[in-house]
Amino acid sequence: MLKSDNSQCCVDPANLERQLRRFLPQHCLLVGEEDLRPYECDGLTAYRELPLAVCLPETEAQVIDILRTCHRLGVPVVARGAGTGLSGGAMPHAQGIVLSLARFNRILRIDRLARLAVVQPGVRNLAVSEAAAPFGLYYAPDPSSQIACTLGGNVAENSGGVHCLKYGLTVHNVLRIRVVSIEGEVFEIGSEAPDAPGYDLLALMIGSEGMLGVVTEVTVRLIPKPELAQVVMASFADVARAGDAVAAIIAAGIIPAGLEMMDKAATAAVEPFVKAGYDLAAEAILLCESDGTPEEVAEEIARVTGVLSAAGASEIRVSQSEAERLRFWAGRKAAFPAVGRITPDYYCMDGTIPRKRLAEMLSAIAVMEKKYGLRCANVFHAGDGNLHPLIMYDASQPGNWQRAEAFGAEILELSVALGGSITGEHGVGIEKINQMCVQYATPEIEAFHRIKAAFDERGLLNPGKAVPSLHRCAEYGRMHVHRGDLKFPELERF
Amino acid sequence: MPPCSGLDDIVSAVRAAHDAAIPLRLRGAGSKDFYGGMLAGELLDLSGCRGIVAYEPTELYLTARCATPLAEIEAILAEKDQMLAFEPPLFGGATVGGCVAAGLSGPRRQQAGAVRDFVLGVKLVDGCGQVLNFGGQVMKNVAGYDVSRLLAGSMGTLGVIAEVTLKVLPRPPLETTLVFACAEAEAIGRLNDWGGRPLPISASFWHADRLFLRLSGARAAVEAARRQLGGEAAMNPELLWDSVREQSHPAFAGSLLWRLAVPSAAPCPGLRELRAIEWGGAQRWYDGEAEAVRDAAVRLGGHAVLYRAPESMRCREGAFAPLAPALLALHRRLKRAFDPKGILNPGRLYAEF
Repeated sequence: MLKSDNSQCCVDPANLERQLRRFLPQHCLLVGEEDLRPYECDGLTAYRELPLAVCLPETEAQVIDILRTCHRLGVPVVARGAGTGLSGGAMPHAQGIVLSLARFNRILRIDRLARLAVVQPGVRNLAVSEAAAPFGLYYAPDPSSQIACTLGGNVAENSGGVHCLKYGLTVHNVLRIRVVSIEGEVFEIGSEAPDAPGYDLLALMIGSEGMLGVVTEVTVRLIPKPELAQVVMASFADVARAGDAVAAIIAAGIIPAGLEMMDKAATAAVEPFVKAGYDLAAEAILLCESDGTPEEVAEEIARVTGVLSAAGASEIRVSQSEAERLRFWAGRKAAFPAVGRITPDYYCMDGTIPRKRLAEMLSAIAVMEKKYGLRCANVFHAGDGNLHPLIMYDASQPGNWQRAEAFGAEILELSVALGGSITGEHGVGIEKINQMCVQYATPEIEAFHRIKAAFDERGLLNPGKAVPSLHRCAEYGRMHVHRGDLKFPELERF
Repeated sequence: MPPCSGLDDIVSAVRAAHDAAIPLRLRGAGSKDFYGGMLAGELLDLSGCRGIVAYEPTELYLTARCATPLAEIEAILAEKDQMLAFEPPLFGGATVGGCVAAGLSGPRRQQAGAVRDFVLGVKLVDGCGQVLNFGGQVMKNVAGYDVSRLLAGSMGTLGVIAEVTLKVLPRPPLETTLVFACAEAEAIGRLNDWGGRPLPISASFWHADRLFLRLSGARAAVEAARRQLGGEAAMNPELLWDSVREQSHPAFAGSLLWRLAVPSAAPCPGLRELRAIEWGGAQRWYDGEAEAVRDAAVRLGGHAVLYRAPESMRCREGAFAPLAPALLALHRRLKRAFDPKGILNPGRLYAEF
């Protein structure tokens, strides 16, 4: 039996279950509390909710039937891939269902000549590159969670990764998607040919956080695997210098394959865990990857090394083997779990800022650490200005999470003030819904709601996520006067 | 309508048009008046809204008002050895707003990406005269729906792009162009074979049994690729690529021109009227009968744009490939979300809106 704990709601759980059972076999529908529990949150575990049911369809026809049923009955639908998201985008709705695409896990086609892969949304990111490897091809976006996260989730969040400076985000690497609307209609968006006719709906859908439709197929671009990759690791005695070095690399006309920074707190957390050989005396280290032909890499590494020396690097090391390159990266890729080992809980932020404001941001974070009484380690996709502060806290201590949340909110709002964004690649989800009121003013938020309504008039797809209601913004603005301006002065205050 | 010289003028012009339900025809320099659906409505002359607002070479972005000529932007970028990597056609006075609205990319698209891949943010005046800011100046931004990129290729039907921020990239240190003698099928085969290898190919152009290939990148990479590929060095490569980008090359001459966008590896469709191939096989130019060309495009898994045609034919055929009914309905709803009275460039994208 479906649980029924909200008598005010219009959803009749028993009826919903009955309707879903008409076309979903037993093993494709979960309703018992113990079965639902694993779905109560995604990678952001601080926000939890139990859904009424979890549907695990195996065919597109079932997806269509589920969506039609939910549309008819007015039931919210939260689509979910692997649940590795970090913004609570896949957190269930208490009066809705979770639509898991986990069983859509087949790679349908790899076309070597046309350099593309057609996959189902539940296929893991890394599995695409593994399947393409025999052809000398790979799928470029590589979020740190790539061994687990799925292409469907990547499309929903417009995921990035350490190589997106050179190779782009999900939006730059997806050619076509097949989408089922909340009304059960199927759309083909984009194409294997460039510049599909009409509006660029692919750009709109990618990063839309499950608010506009449910993806049932994804065609991605594959690119030739570079012959060689090498990493330069540079130490800096202060973070401002490291930040300047990043700008100097770009100014020299170099777009490295990856350009990452870690501060001292991050390397200290990582080193005992991974033994990557990081310089623990440095205030910041930079990892700069070059890829291409051996001649090209040699030329670029020489230029990068020159720029970094001139920018004041105290130590520079170049990976001398593939094993060493992977070891240098292992520390960066394991930064989150490594921080997880030294603190009971951590909270990962995702603000993006202009690169030149980096030192300013990091010194502000140092002040916030004192203000909130919590430590913070910083890892940074330095090349594209995407900062991942990891705020360490202990959820078992009363008030600790609230302080972490306030700390995070202050970082995000400073990101906006510095000319950046509240989220570079993790999405708004439920986590940053209040900060959307800081990032955007009323007219843009109203425009987002109109776009949403063009796809999902009744607002059943992932309700309450990604785009705040104006009411919510008014409430948040009341608590929180931003930069001296009262947001939404035209709205009644409560 | 008086010409607009800034955001305030655009807002008041659009508000007035909205209130009186007068259709507006948006125009920067008019360099792409030939492109897309029919021109209708009272002229909204944006040519006075020009000027570069911000350029940060180390942050890799440039912000400009809509009617800033692309040539002016390219000149300032060149001073810092940077470029608009999607290599848009300049067509004389083409403006940055029109460039984004039309969504036309040039030869380098096969390597660098399309216009939309470089749009970071916009200041938009919607069909009610409201100013909306989407995106920003940073490379990564997933807050809210990506409206900025949606505008690329929207032909001015969703709003007046008042200001736009584009990602810019360093110019490659070295470029060289090779030429090979080969027929259509062989060219398509070679281009796709090369495309699967890590070669620094930044542009390709096939015409009259000659295939031109531009290599761009680090000196070492270009030289290594040149040794691998063979071919001969092309004469006057800058002139050639300019003429491809600006479509002043004889391959594009004539009053009728179809652009087929197809999967790069699609075979020859067996049409006799092939003029040129670009983008590693993904963009092919034809003249010929509408029905045959459109059918061929669909058969190959792509679509055809009636790129240049006499007015009567544009009227009859529509410039862009027709949309499936469900997609057309979605387009109409989106159009209404931005321009409820349908006053902005009506019919310029599709006759239906």
